[in-house]
Amino acid sequence: MYNFEFEKPSSIADAVAALGDEEATALSGGQTLLPTMKQRLASPTKVVSLLGISEMQGICTGDDGALCIGGATSHADVAAGASAYPGLAALAGGIGDPAVRARGTVGGSLANNDPAACYPAGALASGATIVTNAREIAADDYFQGMFTTALDESEIITEVRFPVPQASNYQKFEQPASRFALVGVFVAKYADGVRVAVTGASEEGVHRWTAAEEALSANFSADAVPAAPGADGMIADLHGTAAYRAHLVAVLTKRAVAAAS
Amino acid sequence: MPKDHGIGASPKRREDIRFLSGTGNYTDDMNVNGQAYVHFLRSDVAHGRIKSINLDAASAMPGVVKIFTGADFEGVGGIPCGWEITDKHGNAMQEPAHPVLAQGKVRYVGDQIAAVVAETLEQARDAAEAIDVDIEELPAVVDMAGALVDGSTKVHDDLTSNLCYDWGFVEENKPAVEAAFADAAHVTTLELRNNRLIANPMEPRVAIGDFERASGNSTLFTTSQNPHVIRLLMGAFVLGIPEHKLRVVAPDVGGGFGTKIFHYAEEAFCTFAAKALNRAVKWTSTRSEAFISDAHGRDHVTTIQLALDADNNFTAVRTDTMANMGAYLSTFAPSVPTWLHGTLMAGNYKTPLVYVNVKAVFTNTVPVDAYRGAGRPEATYQLERVIDKAALELGLDPIALRRQNFITEFPYATPVAVEYDTGDYHATMDVLEKMADLSGFEARRKASEARGMLRGIGINCYIEACGIAPSNLVGQLGARAGLYESATVRVNATGGLVVMTGSHSHGQGHETAFPQVIAEMIGIDESMVEIEHGDTDKAPMGMGTYGSRSLAVGGSAMVRATEKIIAKTKKIAAHLMEAAEADIELKDGTFSVAGTDKSVAWGDVTLAAYVPHNYPLEDIEPGLEETAFYDPANFTYPSGAYACEVEVDPDTGKVTIEAFNAADDFGNVVNPMIVDGQVHGGIGQGIGQALLENAAYDENGQLLSASYMDYAMPRASDLPFYGVDHSCQTPCTHNPLGVKGCGEAGAIGSPPAVVNAVVNALRSGGHDIHHIDMPVSPSRVWQAMNG
Repeated sequence: MYNFEFEKPSSIADAVAALGDEEATALSGGQTLLPTMKQRLASPTKVVSLLGISEMQGICTGDDGALCIGGATSHADVAAGASAYPGLAALAGGIGDPAVRARGTVGGSLANNDPAACYPAGALASGATIVTNAREIAADDYFQGMFTTALDESEIITEVRFPVPQASNYQKFEQPASRFALVGVFVAKYADGVRVAVTGASEEGVHRWTAAEEALSANFSADAVPAAPGADGMIADLHGTAAYRAHLVAVLTKRAVAAAS
Repeated sequence: MPKDHGIGASPKRREDIRFLSGTGNYTDDMNVNGQAYVHFLRSDVAHGRIKSINLDAASAMPGVVKIFTGADFEGVGGIPCGWEITDKHGNAMQEPAHPVLAQGKVRYVGDQIAAVVAETLEQARDAAEAIDVDIEELPAVVDMAGALVDGSTKVHDDLTSNLCYDWGFVEENKPAVEAAFADAAHVTTLELRNNRLIANPMEPRVAIGDFERASGNSTLFTTSQNPHVIRLLMGAFVLGIPEHKLRVVAPDVGGGFGTKIFHYAEEAFCTFAAKALNRAVKWTSTRSEAFISDAHGRDHVTTIQLALDADNNFTAVRTDTMANMGAYLSTFAPSVPTWLHGTLMAGNYKTPLVYVNVKAVFTNTVPVDAYRGAGRPEATYQLERVIDKAALELGLDPIALRRQNFITEFPYATPVAVEYDTGDYHATMDVLEKMADLSGFEARRKASEARGMLRGIGINCYIEACGIAPSNLVGQLGARAGLYESATVRVNATGGLVVMTGSHSHGQGHETAFPQVIAEMIGIDESMVEIEHGDTDKAPMGMGTYGSRSLAVGGSAMVRATEKIIAKTKKIAAHLMEAAEADIELKDGTFSVAGTDKSVAWGDVTLAAYVPHNYPLEDIEPGLEETAFYDPANFTYPSGAYACEVEVDPDTGKVTIEAFNAADDFGNVVNPMIVDGQVHGGIGQGIGQALLENAAYDENGQLLSASYMDYAMPRASDLPFYGVDHSCQTPCTHNPLGVKGCGEAGAIGSPPAVVNAVVNALRSGGHDIHHIDMPVSPSRVWQAMNG
């Protein structure tokens, strides 16, 4: 790890100001950033912790009934406190291990947008709203490919609003080594239709499986899940071919629907 | 009623108090006044010619003491290889130079180019980034078959090819084996790969070199399974330091599994640099560094054939293996695919003819050497897999086929040069059949199928040769070392004992188990016996711990030394009681004179030895300290039968271990709890190999699984509760305790059981599959099911 300055502001405004410096980076739970810094693969000159900002912590229900989660809320807190949205609570409770869940945060996960992370699937399938210090971003506009999002430099995710579906489930098939999602599928059934988001599988990062959404919106049953999507654009690596990942997308979607029904 | 002390009891491990409370003394816990830190600049390309190394900017960085490169080691010895193989034509193996720091070329990702010594570790790392190295990248030699093609790029320009040796065993048997295959009623052929593994001990490697100018003495603190061997190899072959000027200390060591046997360049560097700089130099491997600098294990590509006659008797076995050596020969690398592998190819079976061919190959990868089991897992895996395949092809019950071919009379001289002294393979199989509830399997399979899952069972046997081994034999086989063990038993005046052993404990529980043996011999409490190990200044020359040898060889040395102590104390007791020595009996820590009520306590006799006022000084010396060196007459041959039951999810290919049962014959058992633990750990690593672990390189020689993000270690949730039984005990006939080794059995015996079970499960689902290579990962299983 290289030397860096460290700041821990107590307000969003102070954090934004601190992040105005070039080469400054926001630190939330640090589950990706700190290992990267330890390996000298990242060298920020200033690290701004977001964990001292009380207004970014906690879970509440919005006027429209959406579950609102502060950007710096840990996975463990969501797992324990998001009972209004059991599918999302279960997703949070299945990330990493207890140590990871105690530190990692929803805002950190979404800002990083690892192609195998769990939260992006939950946010995209929920049609969540990503609230930043500057604006509100619809999930459909937010995810822009592996490790790429609509966030500007120094923009902070302060809150994420998850519309609560009638039924939902997240199925993760773990990569044997990292235990990240080799493929993960989140299915959320709303009054106006079903949304299906897939993580881990695609070289484009998290994405919606629209063919499944259409079929499930018409008939929400595992039998309605279409045949596996094509393997083009799926990730191929040591742990699975593109065809295997495509196959898992359909298997996990069926399982998620069955579990949600 | 189980015993509560002595041989056969299971006292809790006394060393665990410090291990579990964070008060162990590991090498990284040690610091020497004024020490500097070294960081190694390692190659990030697999193969390249070093055109220039510019140290100007780096040397000017803050805190830099000195930066060393290969040029600083000209005239210094290279890392030696401890075993020479003679090929099938009678020629010595090709043995490349193995410099401490790269000279001219880098040969694998991780090869050390330069060593930066600085005041702090961070300063050393900073300076390493400022070193300007110009490397002309060369094509990487990764695939073994490709490496052996004429005209292939050579890993070592001064060798004739990438072939280290082409070994035939037993070469004289080859024509008879060929004839047996020609006459066979059935031949089963299986091609397989024994996957490359990384040992991943919990404690990464550490080395601290120290030098005392006043005495001229060097000290190396290191994470080693065998400090005396390191002292000899490094002192004599690399740095030219005689043993009396060099001390090697391996304190608490957090797991070895083979990869801490070997002498590594980092050890030699720290010792060399400490002397050159007149200050201590410390190196602590990071986990990332361990992946590319600890010797890897296994990595064989094999074709095995089994010939059977019309009555299903095995008539011959023939195997062809390519064994990856990596870029350089690690300390015992050449012995693993040859003598530790070929000599086990008879397995538990009376196959009269065996021929083993092994081609050892240099590639641009991390050196490969012994990993838990070392050669024996490779032999067991291929043999037990091909037998299962033969049973499938012939429609035979795999257990019955094995039983029909079991060796039943002992001693048994195999066609591959070893003699099994004892064993009872039917007995372990009998126990296993009950443990694994084979009769209930069909009902369990139906229950799994009702849940949409495929269920399979896999059975196999194993035999291994451990307690390594007779020095004269291994010398004939090319070992450049003896393989005895030493012990010094020091009895203090008040009766307590300190035993200094050449064995090394890096998790095995020696501090608990060894006192059980000695206390039982004397009849005293185990708390009166303390074990010292791991310091060449304390223990006599010893060979260390690997090959499941500590109790069988090191324990036998302790028994011999303790016998000398008992003989001397009997002389003293006879004098004190004015009786004939022949009439003295020692029981429960008391000497008595047969047929009388005269007695004298152990402590009275030991006190007399050091306060010899009333003492037979004309016959014996004062004091009570004896040393023994024990060189066994043979290997020991543990054996057993293992059963694995799996469920396979046909939708995802995921394999779950539902049950694992192990019936082992370890001869006599000193501490059953420790033996259970050794078997548990071995099976855990075997299941890891079978299902999860895979050190994979891409075609450019980059390690794809270079961290835990991609190298899958087994976790508790991947493993079942094991059934373990060692009630079948055919005592070893040639060591005084009648013991066999237990440390590697689990890792040797378990992989074929897992793969046999997966194949069995898939076939029950209608998939015409005979084999899946390890690791049997979900994607590979799915691939197998879906063409």
